[in-house]
Amino acid sequence: MSGEDTEALLDALDRIDARLHDEQDYLTELDSRVGDADHGNNLARGISAVTEKRDDIAEMEIDEAVKTVGTTLISEVGGAAGPLYGGSIMSASQTLEGGLDAESALAFAEAYREKLMQRGDARVGDKTMVDAVTPAVHTFQRAIEEDDLPPVDALAKAVDAARRGVAYTVPLRASKGRASYLGLRAVGHRDPGATSTLFVLEELLATATDRAGEASVTDAYADDAVARDGTASDANADGTEDA
Amino acid sequence: MVGLLVVSHSAKAAAGIVEIAAEMASDVPLVAAGGDPDGGIGTDADAIAAGLDDADDGEGVVVLVDLGSASMNAELAVEMSDADAVLADAPVLEGTVNAAVHAASSKATLDSTLDAAEEARGMSKL
Repeated sequence: MSGEDTEALLDALDRIDARLHDEQDYLTELDSRVGDADHGNNLARGISAVTEKRDDIAEMEIDEAVKTVGTTLISEVGGAAGPLYGGSIMSASQTLEGGLDAESALAFAEAYREKLMQRGDARVGDKTMVDAVTPAVHTFQRAIEEDDLPPVDALAKAVDAARRGVAYTVPLRASKGRASYLGLRAVGHRDPGATSTLFVLEELLATATDRAGEASVTDAYADDAVARDGTASDANADGTEDA
Repeated sequence: MVGLLVVSHSAKAAAGIVEIAAEMASDVPLVAAGGDPDGGIGTDADAIAAGLDDADDGEGVVVLVDLGSASMNAELAVEMSDADAVLADAPVLEGTVNAAVHAASSKATLDSTLDAAEEARGMSKL
């Protein structure tokens, strides 16, 4: 095992694996309304391929481990989520060279967002993952840099922002991806990529919350390890807006 | 000779487009990279990167793509590969045929073949 950061990553990957399999049908159902009905299946296949490498990943430093997650997703996912998730993770992994702390987590988030927008040629309002990622990253940045919050609290705020971002995709027409072919027919449905992004962020928060609770992450987290009881995983998106 | 790589969500579509283009330019390196890693509908960055190497005989490769993730995975593959490759902003079938016919001429370069592919954007059918 190559340290606590990698251990935390493996913990997060297991949770994300379970979550994406739980939500596989839901994500594919969302994608069947606005796209090509493969998002849930593609992500489930991708994350399974990642967790199959857990023994190798366990031996890696955090930056290499995260890069491996990215390259595996690129190789296995097969839809737009491969280059978007995998390519952005791979590219942003460089920010973690010195280990995982508040500063490098923020650098990772910003690098991820930048690569995502560049690869997808998408901006806020295009009804894509960017609509969840952008408010999350901006909120995380403010919470860390301006409000000086502990990373777990900052992440909790970021997840809330992503949740609002997902809701914001519902009334939009899509201007990128397969949904853009549908014109007005995509209106009224949440974006699958923004939704899966929220699920991943919720599991990252659950991981960070639990590990902070065990005072086993970093010193910065440990100071703040009081009574945080699963604010993340309960407040799940349940598709109620789609009636 | 400049090579051409056809990237489609469907392995059959990619192979079919190569077949059509090869009728008019049998000497041009024409390679298909279609389908997802499991052989379903989708695109596969690793397969595209391998296709770039197959299509490259040293003078570069023009890449023709169909929908959405095809261009993203093709961009990734170009970054991963050592081949000198460019993506064409062109309709995949017409662009491939136009570029193949052009690439067969002795004066063709990577730039001029890319232009030939992109000229297909303005072609009228009726």
